[in-house]
This record gives sequence, structure tokens and C-alpha cells, in this order.
Amino acid sequence: MAEAIENSVREFIAENFLFRADAQVSNNQSLLESGVIDSTGVLELIAFLEQTYGITVADEEIVPENLDSIDNMTSYLSTKLAAA
Amino acid sequence: MRIEARLRDSARRFGDKCALIAGDTRLTYAELDASSDRLAASIARRGIKPGDRVLMVLDNGHEAVVSFFGLWKAGAVPCPLYPSIKAEKLSVILTSTQASAVVTHARQRATVDMAVAMTKMQPLTIVAQADAGEDLGHGLRFEDLVSGEVSVPRRDFEDTEALALLLHTSGSTGQPKGVMLTHANVGAACEAIVTYLGNTAEDVVLSVLPLSFGYGITQVVTMVMAGGTLVLEKSFAFPRKILERLAEVKATGFPLVPPMAALITGMKDLEPGFLPHLRTITSAAAAMPPALAERLQQLFPNIRLFLMYGQTECLRATYLPPEEVSRRPLSVGRAIPGTSAFVIDEDGRPALPGTIGELVVEGPHVMSGYWGNGLTSVRALSPVAGGRRLHTGDLFRADADGFLYFVSRRDDIIKTRGEKVSPQEVERALYALPGIREAAVGGIDDPIFGQVVRAYVVVEDGVTLTEREIIRHCARLLEDYMVPKSVEFRDALPRTTTGKIRLGADETNTVTRGNVA
Repeated sequence: MAEAIENSVREFIAENFLFRADAQVSNNQSLLESGVIDSTGVLELIAFLEQTYGITVADEEIVPENLDSIDNMTSYLSTKLAAA
Repeated sequence: MRIEARLRDSARRFGDKCALIAGDTRLTYAELDASSDRLAASIARRGIKPGDRVLMVLDNGHEAVVSFFGLWKAGAVPCPLYPSIKAEKLSVILTSTQASAVVTHARQRATVDMAVAMTKMQPLTIVAQADAGEDLGHGLRFEDLVSGEVSVPRRDFEDTEALALLLHTSGSTGQPKGVMLTHANVGAACEAIVTYLGNTAEDVVLSVLPLSFGYGITQVVTMVMAGGTLVLEKSFAFPRKILERLAEVKATGFPLVPPMAALITGMKDLEPGFLPHLRTITSAAAAMPPALAERLQQLFPNIRLFLMYGQTECLRATYLPPEEVSRRPLSVGRAIPGTSAFVIDEDGRPALPGTIGELVVEGPHVMSGYWGNGLTSVRALSPVAGGRRLHTGDLFRADADGFLYFVSRRDDIIKTRGEKVSPQEVERALYALPGIREAAVGGIDDPIFGQVVRAYVVVEDGVTLTEREIIRHCARLLEDYMVPKSVEFRDALPRTTTGKIRLGADETNTVTRGNVA
């Protein structure tokens, strides 16, 4: 389950945000600090998670602890989906 | 007084007081003064001379603030650039400014190296936060330059007509224009701002605004003038974190752009009055919809909300006093103290109230010209008593009391996220992609971002390109906010009788109401 989530998140980021051929992002790297995504990127990310997983990301969940790395997103989604 | 002298002055008066908080770094006025002294001495020793342009490719951190003051103290001219700038554009700016040095962050170093390689130049490269083991080649470590003893005697500069900033802004031709602001210009604009905002040494201003833009830079200079504390954050990507930070640092001032106001007022569970220390919110760079202004007032009942208008060419032109916001919610107010701003008709005479004409700004804050472009400078600018006159190119009207209202821009610049995008610059990037026959770019109205960038393309016969491929291509060449959010494929693009591509009203909505900057 977690692995499937991780793969789909990674694929989305690679497809939409990693434009330079040499750009790599590790699972625990801050997407914002590393310049992979910017402020509007976070909104796109939320739209993707809501559409793909049928969840609603609440205002108070839009924090780096949930969204700012592939690891954080995977664990946030896993918790969210388990609660659903 | 030059800008660096304001820091020396505040360091004398408020030495132990906190000047800057950026992430985990806190600098007192004495420390900011000392680090920028060391940077100035270090770069002077390495050949940076008064008048030299120095590019800054830095995000919002203490290195950027220390660099501004260090460069001013060395007599150099900071040229801060948006940190997501791409190598090709950076190489163009390197060449046009003939910069002697680039200050950057380890993360952007690859882009800087690539840009330098595209030129025949060998600027000094200064890299902040490089790993201990990282080989910087000829590059210098920022941290080395701001530590240790200063062995060069301090040199003070007096000339306030010397350039203080070279700011690049999107031009309607698609080529970025370098706006030249002198120490006197920056000082005049920031003194006026401190006056009308009533800034004091008790102020704590939290800013997420990029330091490549006038609105971001004025936060640094006004806080140093007032002896207040500036708290820098890198972005507004996680709005709740910023709201928490505002509470944590007991911020008294929060400068924003309307898209940020849209995100804050869109949050459901905020308690009115949850930031009791916040006294002032300022808004600039785009029109603030009256409904958002009203909601901000409800969420922050004790604040004074200032709606403002400016251009890079004069940093700030007008402001609407808070007590007028409910009475004239669509106005951007009147000229800032010590300057004038008025509407002229087609014959260049002051226009009657209600008549639409071009806004003209006069005063000591108006730029000295555009870098390397004598002709444009002459046309847009003329000398007047106590400063210069700037033709803004924006259409305005005034009401019977002299309050100003933005009507529209004369050019087709797109305003997205409070930032200016030249359609021509994006179109040029599109044409660089093999397979694109025709391209046009417009701004589409968006509830959060004001406008978003949309590309219309005609592809060559037999070529298949996807929207994603086109967006990715643009993202390799353009700063992130300029990259089209969507692409529409067409069989042909509408043309004028002279054969120029011209988008219709459906394809580009220009803002025609409210206060913008």
C-alpha cells in the first residue's frame, strides 16, 4: 500500500515538476527547499492528491510535515486512507 | 544619506536589537553591520570596485540581506534576480550588465555555472551554504567572506546619486528592462513609506516577498531605517505555517499580495483576532478585490490595511490610507509623501476628475533610467524640480477628491501571483521548441492568482506535441511564475490586418478594474 502510494506520488512529481534532465529528488528531501516546487506547485499537488485518492485535504493539513517530501506525503496519505 | 549609512546609523542606535530573523539565523544590528562590513572588505580585496554590478541569485535568507548591505558598503550595485531564473536568461543579464560577480546559493550554483559558461566572462562566483567537501573551482565561500578579521581599511562613500539597485522587470518587448535606482531614489521612496506606515523600532515585519522585487526590498530598507526587526520567510507555499510564524514572532506588520489574501481568507477555521499583535497589512502588486479587503478586516479587526500602487521604476507611487478603504475600496489612493502623482490627458495636461488618462509620477523616488537604453529612458522620463517625471504607461482616473483609480495597462503584460509576465517572453520560449509554428500567450482570470498564463499554439504538420511537453519545455527556460499553466492547440491564431497575431477578449482577460500595482 505505502509502496504504491510512494510510486504514484513520485511519478506525479517527476512528470510535473522535475524538468531538468539531471534533477533527482530523494524521498526525504524537502521539495520546497530544493526548489522542486513553488507556492503554486503545492496547490497543484493538493489537487492531484484529492483527485487521485478521493480525499479532502483540510486547510490545517496543508503543512510541510504532510506534503513537503515524498516520505511525508506517503505517510500522510497512508494515515488518511486508513482512516477513510 | 546612502542606504548603507542607514544601517550604520541603526547599528549605533540599536546595536543589540534584533535586525533580522531568517530561519534559525538571528542577527542583531551590530552583527548585520559587522558581517556586511566584512563582506564589503573581502570583495573589495578581490577586485570588486565601486559601480560594479553584482548579480544576486538568492532566496529569502540572511545571505541576501548581508549581501545587499555588503555590496552597498563596497560601492557596488546589487542586481537581485528571481532565484528560479534559468541559465539562458541569466547569461543574457550577465552580458548586458557586465557583472563582476554573482552571489548565489549552493542550490542554484549549477545554473550560475551554466550561465557563466554561455558567456565569455569570468565573474567572481560567491556560493552560500556549499557543503564542506564541495569543490567550488574558482568560486568563493560566502561564509568565508563574512567571517574573520577585516584587514582592509573601511572606505565610506558619500555619493547618493550613485546606483543602488539594478532591478530587472518584464518589458512589453519581451526583453527584461534593468531599472536603475540611485541611493537617493531608494532612500526617498523608503522614507515616504516609513512615514505613512508610521514604522518604529517596535515593528516586527514578516515578509515572504522575493528580494528581487521592489516590494520585497523596501521591507528590508524600511525596517533598517526604523530600527525594527525583519523576519524573512522563503515562500507562502504553506500559508498556515506563515500564520503560525506571524504569531510566534509577534509580527506587527505583514506585507502581502492579493493572491496571499485570497488564500488566507479562503481558510475556514480562522478565529477573528487570532493575531492580536498584527497592526498593519499592506497590499501591492495587483488589484485587491474589495471582498477580500473586507474579509481581512474581519479576520484582523485591529489592523490598518494599506492598499498601494507602485512600479519598479519608482518603487512606490501611491497609497490609500486605511480609513479610506471602506469609502473608496477600488482606489489606490494618492501620491506618497514628498512626491506627486496625477492623471494627464492626451495633450499632456492634467486631466479633469473622471477622465481617463495616463498616470504620471514625479519626485525624488523616480529612477534615473533603464540600463543600457538611453532612448527609452529619455521618452519615459523627464527632469522636474526635485526629481524626475515618470510616464507610467498605466491608464488611471481620479475622483473629485483626487483619489486615483487604476483603469488598465497600456501594454499586454500579464499579472499573475502579483508578478509581471511579458507574453512576448513566453512566446519566445514557445518558438524555441521545434514543431511550434505559431504561438501566442494570454492571461486568463483566476480567483486566486489574478490571472494565469495560457499558451495558444499551432503545431507544424505531422508534429505531435502534448500540453505537458510544451509546459516542460517552457519550465526549462522561464522563471516558474512565467510558465504557462495550460496550453490550447489551435489550427490557426487570429491575426490583425497587418498579419500580427492578436488574441481576442476571450483568450486574454485584461484587468480593468480596481487597484493594482
